[in-house]
Amino acid sequence: MKSLAELAAIREKMQSKVIIREGQAATRVVVGMATCGIAAGARPVLNAFVDGINKEGLTEKVTITQTGCIGICQYEPVVEVYEEGKEKVTYVKLDAAKANEIVEKHLKGGKVVTEYTIGAYKSL
Amino acid sequence: MKELSLNILDVAKNSVRAGASLIGIRLVTDSNGILTITISDNGCGMSEETVKSVTDPFFTTRTTRKVGLGLPLLKMAAEQTGGSLSLSSSTEEGKSGTILTAVFDTKSIDCMPMGDIVSTVCILIAGSPDIDFEFSDVSPKREVELKTIALREVLGDVSLAEPEVQQWMTEYLKDQYSEEK
Repeated sequence: MKSLAELAAIREKMQSKVIIREGQAATRVVVGMATCGIAAGARPVLNAFVDGINKEGLTEKVTITQTGCIGICQYEPVVEVYEEGKEKVTYVKLDAAKANEIVEKHLKGGKVVTEYTIGAYKSL
Repeated sequence: MKELSLNILDVAKNSVRAGASLIGIRLVTDSNGILTITISDNGCGMSEETVKSVTDPFFTTRTTRKVGLGLPLLKMAAEQTGGSLSLSSSTEEGKSGTILTAVFDTKSIDCMPMGDIVSTVCILIAGSPDIDFEFSDVSPKREVELKTIALREVLGDVSLAEPEVQQWMTEYLKDQYSEEK
């Protein structure tokens, strides 16, 4: 059974990290979580990003946030990746497997997975 | 949407947008299999007029397009089991807020499965770490509870959205679900 004592231990650990994190260049992963996104399967995609980022030890570098409807419901689940100094990347029609690939190749490896971007989808 | 928990995730976001500081999500299943979902908040509330129209799919406060499907979908899901959805809301200063009550007959063949409710609760909290959530799921079989106020006391200024905290929360809830009364 998980206890509050474990939570207190997490707090101790986190507080020492907070200071380091400030001022670091961050990557932001934004998942569309409105009715359209949720209905299309955004929840497992968001979970896959959270798990993947935890597993690869990228929590210092990457933050995940949720947003409402981006306005391209037909392409949901949609995820946008913002990196400092780079152009925004919009991934469309994602699922958990594609999310794992993006964590591995893009967030960890620094290479955009072009085939899942909105540009690739539109030019099909 | 194929899971009730997805509908809850969607509809609870309305409370977030209403500027609530406290959101309650209560699931109660009685011994006859009647499930009552209550989502309450202390947000800005809605006018009587708005309350009447929110379950109309062609009503939305958004300006980007002309449909709003969150509440109509949940209402349909409840009604197709023989249940119902009702809303009460107040915009009165100091005690504004909204209470949504949805009743489902879980014995009905048309009742959607609850699905991954743990995921829903954790995603809601991660998405709005500054809002307090009170979640409970009570049935003859088990009692599950999570109150962010209690977690905040332990965490101090560490955010509820921190991945480690999220992981703890997921396991904390899953542990409770695996325990039977």
